[in-house]
Amino acid sequence: MLRPAIIYLIVLTQAPVILTLYYSTTNWNFLRPDRKVRFIGVQNYIDFFTAYDTGRIMLNTLIFSVAVVALSLVFGMCLALLLSREFRGRNFARTLMITPFLIMPTVSAVMWKNMLFNPAFGLISSTLAALGGPRIDWMNQHALASVIVIVTWEWTPFMMLILLSGLQSLQKEHLEAAQIDGAGPVATFRSVILPHLSRYIEIGVLLETLFVLNIFGEIYTTTTGGPANYTTTLTFNIYLEAFKRWNVGRASAFAVIAVIFANVITLLFLRIIRRQGGTGEAA
Amino acid sequence: MKRRLFLLVTLFIVAAFTVPVMTAAAQAPTTITIAVVNNPDQRKLLELSDQFQAAHPDIKLSFVMLPENELRDRVTTDITTKAGSFDIVQIGTYETPFFGKNGWLASIDDLMTQYPDNVQPNYNVDDLIKGIRLGLSYDGKLYAAPFYGESSMLFYNKKMFAAAGLKMPAEPTWDQVREFARKLHHPEKKQYGIALRGLPGWGEVMAPLDTVINTWGGKWFDMNWQPQLTSPEFEAAVSFYVKLLQDYGVPGAANNGFSESLTMMAQGQAAMWVDATVAAGFLEDPKQSKVVGNVGFVMAPYEKVKKGYHWLWSWAYAIPTTSQHQAAALQFLTWCTSKDYIDLVGKTYGWATVPPGTRVSTYKNPLYIKAAKAFADITLKSIETADPTDATRDQVPYTGVQFVGIPEFQGFGTDVSKQISAAIAGTKTVEDALATSQDIVTQAMKDAGYLK
Repeated sequence: MLRPAIIYLIVLTQAPVILTLYYSTTNWNFLRPDRKVRFIGVQNYIDFFTAYDTGRIMLNTLIFSVAVVALSLVFGMCLALLLSREFRGRNFARTLMITPFLIMPTVSAVMWKNMLFNPAFGLISSTLAALGGPRIDWMNQHALASVIVIVTWEWTPFMMLILLSGLQSLQKEHLEAAQIDGAGPVATFRSVILPHLSRYIEIGVLLETLFVLNIFGEIYTTTTGGPANYTTTLTFNIYLEAFKRWNVGRASAFAVIAVIFANVITLLFLRIIRRQGGTGEAA
Repeated sequence: MKRRLFLLVTLFIVAAFTVPVMTAAAQAPTTITIAVVNNPDQRKLLELSDQFQAAHPDIKLSFVMLPENELRDRVTTDITTKAGSFDIVQIGTYETPFFGKNGWLASIDDLMTQYPDNVQPNYNVDDLIKGIRLGLSYDGKLYAAPFYGESSMLFYNKKMFAAAGLKMPAEPTWDQVREFARKLHHPEKKQYGIALRGLPGWGEVMAPLDTVINTWGGKWFDMNWQPQLTSPEFEAAVSFYVKLLQDYGVPGAANNGFSESLTMMAQGQAAMWVDATVAAGFLEDPKQSKVVGNVGFVMAPYEKVKKGYHWLWSWAYAIPTTSQHQAAALQFLTWCTSKDYIDLVGKTYGWATVPPGTRVSTYKNPLYIKAAKAFADITLKSIETADPTDATRDQVPYTGVQFVGIPEFQGFGTDVSKQISAAIAGTKTVEDALATSQDIVTQAMKDAGYLK
């Protein structure tokens, strides 16, 4: 019973990987059937590292994912702490807080782009202008920051949910003991809550990093990677290579590189958090 | 309880899969799948397609409607990999010649000879406007039937011009346009000098910008396919365009495409706008425009060279060679691009809104001329005088007014358009943007084997 299922699973998940690896060594371009598809070794990989925009794209990816994860961790933590308290309408407040995560990415991106960031009739610019401030073209003059804001807004509830479930498993006695020992809110947070949450933070950061590295819809609907390449991430560049330049070989190579990059960044994140978690527990 | 729910769900799934199969088996019509752009003209086609189905019960139409960029991605992927999901695809003057050359499209001429019974009566290919027909041909054969055609022209708000005591010449120069924009630019009153596209995309900002480059005497490539993006003419043209938008353009110009500019013009916030002739019909449509009757129409501006200063574009329907239902597809294709269809739209929605720019007969129809008298002449003149084979001062190895007719253009055109957008947004200088663009295009041409 089990064996066919596993074979099916392997074929379904591993065949695309192997095909991608194979394509990444060819010069296949959709629009050039006149040029025969041929093996070109690691040329596509070399092209990636010698391309004029690779540095910028790697930097964008790094800034984007680190900023989104860090910001949503901070905001998520604040919200989780607030929502873990007892108050009237708590369930309603929780539902409201989760909503941004449930809205489809393209919808929230379009909403932010047109209703909030638009320099002519967006809410932010109108408010600023009414107060005598300048009309700022957010999506163009601060493109990467704008996309980071949108994605952070979407992913804060995710972090909040994970941390909230962590807070809920925290024993009341621990908090009471800390209070009896005369610990203030800050000390309680640092010595009791944070060590307890370290596992949850680890999971939240890890999962979110993996998801955020693959963000596509928000960039596609707001900036399409521009202006210039200021919001082109590794993932978005694969799309550009495959569906704007139609270079399947090179796009496959980029995809392989993106997978390696995702692994590296995840490991880095985990290592940083483990170290912090360790010192937290020691203290 | 749980088991009952499970049973219900299973039943529902089974039903969902079998019911359509059963109904299909009962009538067995040929289903043709059509990929179209989501725009007002195509939405009308969708509504009117009921009439086609009534006349042809043996053919069932299934539309896939997508925004322009996504349509291009889907259609190109589908056709180049020979996936065969579509029986009719909507493509433009850019793709048709090289799709035809690569053997991906069935020739409309050949199909009409092969299936004469599946052609709309009185189709008359010779009624198609010559330039549009040539733009959709390769090697003398028609590979796509035009649904609508367009050139570019200048729209201006007559009220604002009268209030400022200005008079628009019939054939303005860009210098004059800049001067008008300067005088009419009053951001404090929410009135802006000019709307022009700044949105990245080879079909967005690059379209009007390329016409400016042409008339400044610039070109993308010399006869040896050496990119010429840092030549003095190219740079002067781009600087002019960028500066015009920065000084007197609508706010957020770097994110404005056709639709956004149309809104600015139709809301009476822009004094001038240079864009597709097809917009004339929208600006004169009381349902979506506040400036009906207030818009002046003149030829697109020129500057140093009177060549390639207005573009030529057509959205057309083509049948991929992978289609299993070419006869049925031909039946629908010749219906929706026929004179009969134009008449049907005119009768149903009003004559000013018929798909323009495809047939000479449209411009001889008194009903259309009456409804569209403000812009019919200028549209036809613009389309007829746009020549994709002779759009630049110097001789070039490519065709196309507002694009370079090679497959690689989508890629580097998109990349260059982003650099231009950054220049318009002011996050990059024009020199920087063009220097980077020159590198991008050089690399792309090396990859593609044009350059060693």
